[in-house]
Amino acid sequence: MHLLSLEPIRILLYLFGICAFVGANAAYLVLAERKGAGRIQRRPGPNEAGFGGILQPIADGIKLLAKQVMVPPGTDGLLFRAAPLLVMAPPLMCLAVIPFSDSLVARNLNVGLLFVFSFGSINVMALMLGGWASRNKFAIISAARVVSQSVAYEIPMLLVVITLLMVTGTMDLNEIIGQQAGGIWHWNLFKVWVNPLMPVTFIIFFICMLAETNRAPFDMAEAESELVAGAFTEYGGMGFGVFFMAEYANIVVGCSLATVLFLGGWQSPIGVLSGGLWGAGWFLLKMYGLIFTVIWIRWTFPRTQFYSLLNLSWKILIPVSLFTLLLTGAMMKLPLVFNQLF
Amino acid sequence: MIAQKDLIRVDNGDPTKETFVLNLGPQHPAAHGVLRVLLTMDGEWIQRAEPIIGYIHRMHEKMGENRTWAKFLPNTSRIDYLSAMHYTHAFVGAVERAAKIEVPERAEYARVITSELNRISSHMVWWGALLLDLGGFTPILYAFDDREKILDLLEGLCGARLTYCYYRFGGLYNDVDDAFLKGTRDFVTHMRPRLKMYRELVTDNIILRKRLMGIGPISGEMCRKYGATGPVIRGAGVAYDVRRAEPYSVYPKLSFKIPVHPEADSMARYLVRMDEMEESLHIIEQALDQIPAGPFIGKVPRVLKLPVGDTCYAVEAARGRFMVRIVSDGKEIPYRIKLRTPSFSNLSLYEEASKGMILPDALAMMGSLDLVIPDIDR
Repeated sequence: MHLLSLEPIRILLYLFGICAFVGANAAYLVLAERKGAGRIQRRPGPNEAGFGGILQPIADGIKLLAKQVMVPPGTDGLLFRAAPLLVMAPPLMCLAVIPFSDSLVARNLNVGLLFVFSFGSINVMALMLGGWASRNKFAIISAARVVSQSVAYEIPMLLVVITLLMVTGTMDLNEIIGQQAGGIWHWNLFKVWVNPLMPVTFIIFFICMLAETNRAPFDMAEAESELVAGAFTEYGGMGFGVFFMAEYANIVVGCSLATVLFLGGWQSPIGVLSGGLWGAGWFLLKMYGLIFTVIWIRWTFPRTQFYSLLNLSWKILIPVSLFTLLLTGAMMKLPLVFNQLF
Repeated sequence: MIAQKDLIRVDNGDPTKETFVLNLGPQHPAAHGVLRVLLTMDGEWIQRAEPIIGYIHRMHEKMGENRTWAKFLPNTSRIDYLSAMHYTHAFVGAVERAAKIEVPERAEYARVITSELNRISSHMVWWGALLLDLGGFTPILYAFDDREKILDLLEGLCGARLTYCYYRFGGLYNDVDDAFLKGTRDFVTHMRPRLKMYRELVTDNIILRKRLMGIGPISGEMCRKYGATGPVIRGAGVAYDVRRAEPYSVYPKLSFKIPVHPEADSMARYLVRMDEMEESLHIIEQALDQIPAGPFIGKVPRVLKLPVGDTCYAVEAARGRFMVRIVSDGKEIPYRIKLRTPSFSNLSLYEEASKGMILPDALAMMGSLDLVIPDIDR
């Protein structure tokens, strides 16, 4: 017992736990995605390996591992090899501060939100490096797209988060969740008395998250009908596998963050049954609900055109999120002004 | 939200501008086969798109010159494998016209029914493939589900699912049986609500509309210049349809509209095809009601020798006007067979039409042209 309370051992255990969680999620979300896609497209999806395809991710993993890692001649070998590592590391780091229940968190930083966003933005750099180092024209076009897309969508996302920060007054993720205790109407998503546009900010956050994780309909980095496989064109075997897993790891991080910020994290939606393992259960339920929505969107919509993607951000999302920022500020300060005046 | 003129950027020969060459295909996912397009790009803007064809050239025209008239018949269904019925129809029609073979009424009606079924199945493949080009994965599986029903029907008639050789000189290989007629009626009732569902789920989708509306303008003038036909010219506001312009088979006895959309963009071509499927269902219904009893093949000589001369026969295939010109020198073997394929002409305008477009839009426009590469190379 006292061994577990030792900080280094605790951190080590959590690190293993997070690696296992991300690995299992990345592998089985691929299966969930393929099964979900099958459901939407009226076909069974993978159903041969194991019962109902349950072993499919393992078969895929063995196949990818068995392939030779090719570094095409003329590429920047170091960056080419480093890109898959760089793309996988940020989501692992981000999950260290995400509270899965009131006590289940690797490191409860008081700047948790800042931590998540600072590591989250490395993702785009890794994709850019991968595309650039591949020395492939399709990959370079894709790398350029990824950068402009990321710049465009980081801004409204951060504006939305700042709006939320004004409401919560803290960057400690556990504290943000603590403020949303007591049922569904206390969630930040429904705090319309703080800001009537709160559901809109959630939608903006969700759209930005889709764009940041390069998910359809904003999957400009891959865009296989235009750019073959985009930034991953030259990657094969596990190099590609890591990029692929990182996409799902990023989705897990994005959906966890959305759950923490807007959906009350590990808080129960009905007010009771919220402590301990129940909390973790609620958290996972909300998170997987969001992940299912992400999968659902991917198999329903066609891809946006690159310029309408940028237009959506610069002409709609950024003005709206700026407006919600102003509105929240006004609604917080106006009562004080009134009190002083009258 | 963004006007087309903002998306068009043509370099006026500025030598300081840095461009690069992007080789799209012949193994590119958007090339629908083995089409190669050599793109000169300025960033993501296309300065010049040069289609390079010939990767699947099979010398069909030359093959026609060393086999009998009947032996060339299976070749025609392999030119555009997605609308094989129309292609065999054109060749069979040309030979019948040259040899003055009477075709029984029942055979002509059966030809119309199977041709229109084939048009729907071909348009379903185009629809799924276009949505794949636009990054929507799901529609193609629904499209293939519907297409499967057509393939099953046609398989019951002639044994083939794709490269049908159902039409014969003077009639058909096999009579249309009651199972086929009933199955076709069932298919028509099945397809109407499906088309409505596709309209609601896909055609009205805002992302799809943004990807297609106002993108890829191809004017009627440009179509005339390059000889583009089919949904491409009808999407440019010109009501040219071989079924009306040069009536063949029993089409004059059936009433149908020719869908025309004047916007001349990718969306117009999309809508023309979607409307055409409805019209095809309408034609099939009428033909099913009117089909008479009787023989399904007329009197054809055992050894077919065509009189000396030059005959043309055009049909409205799924991609446009397909014409066969046969030249006979009185022997059992053709002297010359010329195939005028619609995809070849439709691709020809690509270089001019794609100038200054951004890559994803140019690929969406290519999808809206509905190219079948073996049809271009033949």
